[in-house]
Order: sequence, then C-alpha cells, then structure tokens
Amino acid sequence: MNAEIRTWTPVGTIDDIPRRGARCVKNGDMTIAVFRTVDDQVFALEDKCPHQNGPLSQGIVHDNCVTCPLHNWVISLETGCAQGADEGQTNNFPVRVQDGQVYLDLTFNKSTS
Amino acid sequence: MVNNCDKKRLVVVGNGMAPGRALERLIERAPDSYDITIFNAEPRVNYDRIMLSPVLSGEKSFEEIVIHGDGWYVQNGITLYKGAKVTGIDRIAKTVTAEFVASGSGQAPLQPPISVEYDKLIVATGSSPIIIPVPGHDLPGVLAYRDLDDVNAMLLAAKSKGNAVVIGGGLLGLEAAAGLMEQGMSVTVLHLMPTLMERQLDPAAGHLLQRSLEARGIDVITRANTKAIVGDNKVEAVELDSGQVLPADLVVMAVGIRPNSGLAEAAGLAVNRGIVVDNSMRTDDPEIFALGECAEADGEVFGLVAPLYEMANVVAAQLTGEESKSFKSSATATKLKVTGINLYSAGDFAEGEGREEIVLRDGARGNYRRLVLKDNKIIGIVMYGDTADGAWFFDLLKRDVDVSDMRETLIFGQNYAGGIPLDPGAAVAALPDEAEVCGCNGVCKGDITGAIAGLGLKSLDDVRAHTKASASCGTCTGLVEQILKAQLGDAYNPAVVTPMCGCTDLGHDEVRRLIVAKEIKSLPDVMQQLEWKTSCGCAKCRPALNYYLLATWPGEYEDDNQSRFINERVHANIQKDGTYSVVPRMWGGVTSASELRAIADVVEKFDIPTVKCTGGQRIDMLGVKKEDLLAVWADLNAAGMVSGAAYAKGLRTVKTCVGKDWCRFGTQDSTGLGIKLEKFLWGSWTPAKLKLAVSGCPRNCAEATCKDIGVICVDSGYEIHFGGAAGLDIKGTEVLGNVASEEEAIEVIGALTQLYREQGRYLERIYKWAKRVGTEKIREQILDDRERRVELYERFVYSQKFAQIDPWAERVAGKDAHEFQPMSVATMEAAE
Repeated sequence: MNAEIRTWTPVGTIDDIPRRGARCVKNGDMTIAVFRTVDDQVFALEDKCPHQNGPLSQGIVHDNCVTCPLHNWVISLETGCAQGADEGQTNNFPVRVQDGQVYLDLTFNKSTS
Repeated sequence: MVNNCDKKRLVVVGNGMAPGRALERLIERAPDSYDITIFNAEPRVNYDRIMLSPVLSGEKSFEEIVIHGDGWYVQNGITLYKGAKVTGIDRIAKTVTAEFVASGSGQAPLQPPISVEYDKLIVATGSSPIIIPVPGHDLPGVLAYRDLDDVNAMLLAAKSKGNAVVIGGGLLGLEAAAGLMEQGMSVTVLHLMPTLMERQLDPAAGHLLQRSLEARGIDVITRANTKAIVGDNKVEAVELDSGQVLPADLVVMAVGIRPNSGLAEAAGLAVNRGIVVDNSMRTDDPEIFALGECAEADGEVFGLVAPLYEMANVVAAQLTGEESKSFKSSATATKLKVTGINLYSAGDFAEGEGREEIVLRDGARGNYRRLVLKDNKIIGIVMYGDTADGAWFFDLLKRDVDVSDMRETLIFGQNYAGGIPLDPGAAVAALPDEAEVCGCNGVCKGDITGAIAGLGLKSLDDVRAHTKASASCGTCTGLVEQILKAQLGDAYNPAVVTPMCGCTDLGHDEVRRLIVAKEIKSLPDVMQQLEWKTSCGCAKCRPALNYYLLATWPGEYEDDNQSRFINERVHANIQKDGTYSVVPRMWGGVTSASELRAIADVVEKFDIPTVKCTGGQRIDMLGVKKEDLLAVWADLNAAGMVSGAAYAKGLRTVKTCVGKDWCRFGTQDSTGLGIKLEKFLWGSWTPAKLKLAVSGCPRNCAEATCKDIGVICVDSGYEIHFGGAAGLDIKGTEVLGNVASEEEAIEVIGALTQLYREQGRYLERIYKWAKRVGTEKIREQILDDRERRVELYERFVYSQKFAQIDPWAERVAGKDAHEFQPMSVATMEAAE
C-alpha cells in the first residue's frame, strides 16, 4: 500500500472527545476508538485490546497510553503495542486534525502494512 | 479465533505448584497448542505452598501467596474444575472421571460426576502427610500441615491460645511450631531423633537451632517417641513412651509425606514409592506424564520445589515436541523459613572416609559453619547464623570447583577468597553468572543481570515480573536486591515506603497527608506540588487521587470522570464481552410488585439475556448493550428505582433478614434498620467497596458477621461488628461494641465509615485497614470517645449532602452524553 496517498474520512470534532478520554467510531463491523490526550493529541486504535479484545475506548487514558478496563494491560496510543512485560499489538489508524475537525484514514492500517 | 477441534486435549490431575509451572512454561512455548482442563481437589486456585508458613505466622495473607488467580485460567482459556476429585483414569477410552466434592459434610455434591477425554494426561496428585497410627491419631484436634485448610484449622485452634504439640522436628514441623507460637500458643516440639532436622543439619547446627527455638519460648523434646494421643471427644494430651504426659489442645503431625500414587496404581501404571517415570517424565504409558511429589524418578521422590520445577520444565518441553529435554536430579539447598533464624544446608555432610571438614564457630554470635570436602571439592555445606555466603559455597559445590588454592580462607567466605576483604555488594558482584540465585525458580545471576541490562529493569518488582527470581519463597530477595544495587549503583533506590505507583516515590498515606496539609484541591495540583514523574499519572494513581480529593474536600473538589474506572464512569459493570450489567437499588433487599413488574418489562423490552439474584439481595440484569443503558435507566427511574451502585468503590448493599415483624426469633426490626442505614449511607464513596448486613437475632440469617460492617440485633439493643471478609480471604468480623438504640447504631456506623474514608488506602477493604491501624485504636475513637465520634459523624453527614444524587437520573437528563453514543458512524464514500 502506498503510504503517500491518504483517504481522509471526517469523524467529528476534537471537542467531541473528552481530554484523557475516548469516543468510538463505527466502521462497518469494526469499532475504532479515537483518543484525546491531556495535551490534545489525537490517536485512533481498533477498539480491541490485543489481550482479550477488551474495549480500549472504555479505559483510563494517561500520557500517551490507555489502560484496558478488563485486565489492566497498558497499550501505547501511538503504536498500539502492549507496554511493560505484556506483548501484543492493536491495529492503529492515521489521524489528521485540521481546524478542530478530526479525520481518520480508514483504508490504512499501520500495523499490518 | 482458534478452532478448538484441531487442538489436542491436555488434562491435568492436580493443581499444585508443579503442574502450575508446567502449564506456565507450556503456554510460553506454544500458547494455543492444547485445550487444557485441570482438576483440583482443593476448592481453590493454584497457590504457593512453600509460603503457608508465613500465612500461619500471620506475616502474609492467602491473597499474597496465590500464584495463578482465577483470571489467569480465564486469560489462557484453561478450564479449571475446583473441588473436583479425579476418581478414575480409563487408559483405553482415554478419559478421566471426576467427582465434585460436597461443600459441607452431609451435603450432596453440587454437580454430578463428569468424564473428560484426553490426548495427553499429566498426573500430579502430590503427596499426603504421614499420620502415625498411634492410638488417638483420629481425634478431632489432630492435624497435618499440608494445605490451606490445615493452616486455617490451626489458626482457628490457635484462637484459644492453649497448648500445641508438634510431632516432628523437621522443616515443616519447625515452621508450624514457630507459626503457632506467633499466634499465641504454648508450643512443644517432639522429635524422635537426638537432634532437630537431622536430614539437613549436622548435630552441632541442630543444637544451635534447638537453643534458639527454646530462647523464643518453644519447648523441644528430642528422642521423644509418641505412645498415644489422649482425649475423650477431642485431643487433650499427648503421652510419650517415657511416661511423660503433655497437655494439648492441638496436635500437628509433621513427620513426612507419602506420594499419592493410588489413582495411577488403580489405572495400572507402574508404581514403586511414587509413580515411576523415565527421564522424559513419562510413565510406562507414553501418553501419561507424572510430575511433582507423586513422581519417582531415578528411584528418588522429591519434596523440595527446585527439582519439582525442573520436572515441570521437562514436561512442558516434551509436550511441545522438544524430546531431548530430560530430567536429572541435582543437589538442592535447604533454608528454614522462620523469621530471625537463618540456616542453610546443601549436599552431603556426613563424616566418612576420605572426607575432610573445615569448621568455623562464633559462639557469642551463635554462628556456625561447616564445609565437608572430598578430593579438594566441597560436597556438603551446613551454616547456621550468618548464612550470607551460602550461595557462593553452593555454587562452588555445584560446579565441582577445586578449592585447594583458597583453602586457607575458604571458610570465611567470599570476602576473603581473594585475600582482600571486600564489601558485601562486591561479593555479589563477584558471583559468576552461572551462580544460582533463586533456587525455587532456577534463576542464575546471569539471567538477572541480563534482564536488568537488556530490559532496563529498575526495581525488585520488575526483576520478579521478568525473571521470577525471588517470586516464590522470597528468601533470596536480599541477594536479588544486592544484584540490582551492584548493577545500577545509586540509580537503585529501594524505597522504604511502597510508592503508590510508578509515577511517584510517595506512599498512599504520605500523599493523603500532603493533600490535607498543603490544601491541595485538584488533580493537576497534586501532580505539580508533589512532583509527579509523569504528565498525567496512570491508571493506578489517578483513581486513588480522585478518591482522596473527593473524600477530603466534599463540595469543593469536582469529580474527575476521566480518572474513574469505566464502571464508575458509566454507572454499570462492564462484562467480558464489553456489555454491561445493571443493578437497581432495593433498599434493605425489600422490593414490591410494581418494582418487579418494571424490571420484568425492562428485561423484555431490551432483550436482556440474563437476570440473576446477587449475593447482596439485589436483582442483576446482565448483558445490556452500552447504547441501551440510558433508556434502561429511564424506565427503572420511572418506576422509582435508582442506581444500586453495584460498581462503586462505595456503599453497595445493606442485606437484612425479616426481623421481628415476621420472624418468631426476631428481637428488633432488622429490615427497618437496614433500610434506614442504606438510605443514610447510599451514594458515599469509600476506599473500597462497602457491604453491610443487619440480622434480627444472633442466628444471623443476614450473615452480618462476614460483612464490612454488620449489625446483630439482640434483646438489649444492637451489637455492631466490622472488618469481616468472605472473598479471597475469609474472616469473621470483630465486635466494635454494643449500643442501645437505632439512632446510636446509625451514629456509630456513620462515624466508623467516615474514619475508614479518611484513613483507608484506595482499594484497601475495611478489614485490611483495621488490621493495619489496629481494632483497639478504632474502637477508642468510635465508641469510647464520644466527642471524636460526633465529629466524624458530622463530617460524614456533611459529605453526604453532595453525594446523594442518583447518577442514573443525572445521565438520563443529559450528563456525560458522550459516554453513551458513538462519535460517528463512518461512511467510506465520504472520503475524497
């Protein structure tokens, strides 16, 4: 896949997402969790913990990580990778924020390409 | 998902430490290779049997010695049958059959027997304590020392503070004796041989050990042959061959173990002392492995953890096709886990032809060490007192090092080995990489230093997580810390206080104290003023800080939703599939036709799959989709119901019995008091969940004596209890005291709750808080000091003004709407 060509889909505004929180975007069968950090960075991961598919969107967001609500795995928002001694990776999606509008590239998935 | 039909079925009989380790290793090597089923005759998960002695002495709780909690089995897709005793193996049909153990005597088992098919079978039935068949050995009050049930029975017996006699002066017997003494009993140890622990210690060290036990108040009688255990309906005394009679309220037999090989024998497997296995750990049926204390390899059976874990490694390797891995027994070192007594022994220390010995004694300090040499190599080690050099000597022994060159100073230990005295840290630094540090888990120094360097580990917990060194019995913790120190230098800073989390060096109590002292009233301010190391905390500290601020500054601090766990954020309990469960409040457990009708309507309208009664007398609706939560609540609100807070670190339920309105034994209106208490306490946040019960008479049908706070009604008034537990730990409540009126009961309970709110550490249940600060201290403040009680009560009443708002109604009215709806539904066509 060519990483230079991006297909941006608008999914809402940054103010729709609470700081240190997340909202969900439904994309067919898949749910994508869109996170906003304390310093207004926005990240998008598939809403599935690599451990047991826990909904990451429901976790506590701290620094650039989220802690899964089911078994407390800590997942990096930037890479989707499990932190600490755990191993696993969740699909992540490129995000663009322009004039408060949040866009995701839903065709692209950094982890598998 | 992996298709289960393709997987081979592995069945494990027994859930002790050895099979637990084997499965851990198996899952590491090949996570999805087997469909695993475990049968455990004990009604619990896998725990660290080596650590039963600290549980007995009160230094650790059962929770702290659990190796695999329920979650581990779930995470790894393992089916665990607890309380299921395997009764037969059919090797032709390749099935095992198990019966469920009844939960109480005279009761029928909860489930009928089941049969499970296997492709591979592991028999790990462990061993049984040997009971000497003297007259009276079957009297109540005669116990073995083997599992948690034995420990619980001993703890119960120890409450009488009477006399205990321990038969057997080996490792287990002495640990039991020390533990019972810690529990306040007068203890006598009977030992058949002339000196204690004669299998691990030479006579000199045995005497030193006896002396220090006696100095602690434990009587030791050696050459003691038990003739009979005397008593009518229970144990009363132990009679010796010498004619001596020792009064006893409790007798513990710790004279040895015998492998449990009956099941294997009945299945026609070769059995000698234990189940005979080859060096691949297979029995004479190649599909069946035996492992642990029930297995006999090379004509030997094993009881110490290190060789058992080595067996586990071999089984895991064999199951994943690494057939070259084989078991061979090697020397093991022994330590006694009695606080304040250090001894260490390894190898063969009997005198004999061609053997020499080097002995060092320091009588004043009670130090003794003896090395046995043959052909200039160490073959045996006995140390008593200062045992710091044990690991070094043991390493020389295992590696067959010729010690001729350092013989002059060898006995003084590693510090003098090179002729130059070094500091203790340097001694550790000088250990070779192959030196074994953790005997339980077979971890060498090189594994630890490699993990510290390679993974950037900084703390003892890190090292435990990644290497398992010092994660079992913990006696090598000091060594591991010295390795950390040697490698990291000043960067290693073992905190005296356990920090709240990785974001700070401060402990919970210090943080609370500073929040009050510096009048800190917001989360960012806590992190700034107390110099948090992360930008916005973590999932451990944020919920704790949010609670501390909320409890300290009621009405001023604004709750930070993003620092709450999901259940408290959306006021429902998340389930494993991401749906939620909903529990409406039923004051005191009382409901009505209209409430039940409304619940039934909601269940049908929203197609809720499961409806179930909870342990706290509530109705739980499980499997509600998140998008439906608001509508479900709106309907329940309309019928007059509010959130039952079944998700809260706060007041959960007040359970009641029917009391004197209906019951012929009832002494007071327990239902009415329960409802009053629930209406008074609801909405309050506490360090951990808070569950109450009120029973109308001492028959205690509401089970108030295992609750966080309980009330037992009596003719003269109300007996207030607190600090019970009936989860991972089982603990009866302490009696706080008696009061005469309902009003006084409510005041006392309000004050108690407030004291707990102000002192409890986040997630610390009330019984743990009480244990930490002392029941007496709490009673002084709540019962004896009326002024203090009223102060606390008034603070609680004030904070309730801001807490008693139904969170469901708030959200139905529009609060936090973003929590309940997706931000958007993406349509790919919209992309440019």
